[in-house]
Amino acid sequence: MTSAIRAEGVRKSFGPLMVLGGIDLDVGTHEVVSLIGASGSGKSTLLRCLNLLEPVDSGRIFLGPEEITAPRFDVNRVRRHVGIVFQAFNLFPHMSVLRNVTLGPVEVLKIARAEAVDRADELLRRFGLIDKRDEFPDRLSGGQQQRVAIVRALAMQPDVLLLDEITSALDPELIGEVLEVIRELAVSGMTMVIATHEMSFAREISRRVCFLDGGVILEEGPPDVIFGEPREARTRQFLDRIIAAGRL
Amino acid sequence: MSGETRPTPRARAVRPLVVAAASTVVFFGVLALVITSAPGWPRVQAAFFDPGVFEAALPGIVEKFWINVRLFVIAEALILALGLAIAVMRSLPGPVFFPLRVLAIAYADLFRAVPGLLVIFFLAFGIPTLRLPGVPRDPFFWTVIALTLVYSAYVSEVYRAGIESIHPSQEAAARSLGLSRAQALRFVILPQAVRRVIPPLLNDFIGLQKDTVFLSFVGVVEVFRESQIKQSILFNFTPYLGTALIFVVLTVPLARLTDWLVARDRRRGERRAT
Repeated sequence: MTSAIRAEGVRKSFGPLMVLGGIDLDVGTHEVVSLIGASGSGKSTLLRCLNLLEPVDSGRIFLGPEEITAPRFDVNRVRRHVGIVFQAFNLFPHMSVLRNVTLGPVEVLKIARAEAVDRADELLRRFGLIDKRDEFPDRLSGGQQQRVAIVRALAMQPDVLLLDEITSALDPELIGEVLEVIRELAVSGMTMVIATHEMSFAREISRRVCFLDGGVILEEGPPDVIFGEPREARTRQFLDRIIAAGRL
Repeated sequence: MSGETRPTPRARAVRPLVVAAASTVVFFGVLALVITSAPGWPRVQAAFFDPGVFEAALPGIVEKFWINVRLFVIAEALILALGLAIAVMRSLPGPVFFPLRVLAIAYADLFRAVPGLLVIFFLAFGIPTLRLPGVPRDPFFWTVIALTLVYSAYVSEVYRAGIESIHPSQEAAARSLGLSRAQALRFVILPQAVRRVIPPLLNDFIGLQKDTVFLSFVGVVEVFRESQIKQSILFNFTPYLGTALIFVVLTVPLARLTDWLVARDRRRGERRAT
């Protein structure tokens, strides 16, 4: 399996607060990897480092064969290939759904507007959003907004998609429609790194699960091993708490 | 329930209007009575409210007012551009842009500190005296420049407040699509920021419109000087009333427009929050 995105000894601190203490992670093409762990364990920061939204303090990140943490590497080029979807959607409120989706392709990829619109329509149709194409984000439900945010990232035709707790801000009855989209993407072979609290979803969809604790990947493996017979006491503790909370 | 009858919905809707109308009539009635019963009222009425003088002075006032209008229309267009440039300069990140940031801060500090009239004097009297070849000597030109410099300092702060009010997650979303910092500013941050600051911008422009009477201090016969001339010819202050009214007629619609925009934004904000 060829490597899609790979982190080597990535460290990141905010002032005196160490968030990532040396992360090694290799995600293969078409692979789906879930990051689990308590709030503050570094999941979101790791994702934001992977597309260089946060500069790393030390360590290296490779996209395919290229080191993107090399000095003077064009960060905008990285982000054309690595999409991210945020917990709070972060749609552009002053733009219609269609404009949200076509902004990147038109202004960054320099695709002709008509073609970008055709491609956006195709994606919106595929994810059941075509009748919302001319609406503004504040007219959509949370689930619809998050699906638009996913479509916006997909419109860039990324090699890797990073999902940062994308269902955490949603009402429970809206989570299903968003997870359905991710399921479809996994089936179609999209390479994804997913930070999530949805344990049963992580178990179902991932080929590999990484448990983050204190800024390092404490344990990783196939979902059945991590959720079934974890090696580390910390992992068991975390999962026990999740089970006690009724989330697994 | 007691024997008291509940008001019908219609009566409930009409009643506040009746109360408001009645209290308005009483308030202004009493005020008018106090003023007109003052011992000096007949003299004030003759000096400030002479219909004949008003009619005679008005055409000249309206004509000269166009000079003020020309001034503030040109200045407002320049201010919108320069204010934005200063605000963007000030929000540039990183150590490389430190000098530009310092320049922007110094600019905003200086031109907000110095009284506008002094800036006009320095430019309109000072620069023509240099007799530099090719440099305009027209006081109107230099007043446009001076007011542009002064108001751009205020307006840049308004823009900056708008830019800083946009949540960083918007920039993160834009940058994550591969947009450069400049593109994120242009397509995502500024359109939202400008929409938010339109009310305070209009507020600054109301101030600017009144400051156009400073033109008269550097020798241009505009609306204020015109009413002064008429006053000295006719020995009557009514021309000033005409000038005051013309500014009211200009400003009140702008003030209502500002209120309406604020109310509309609030409604939108509520809709978004639900």
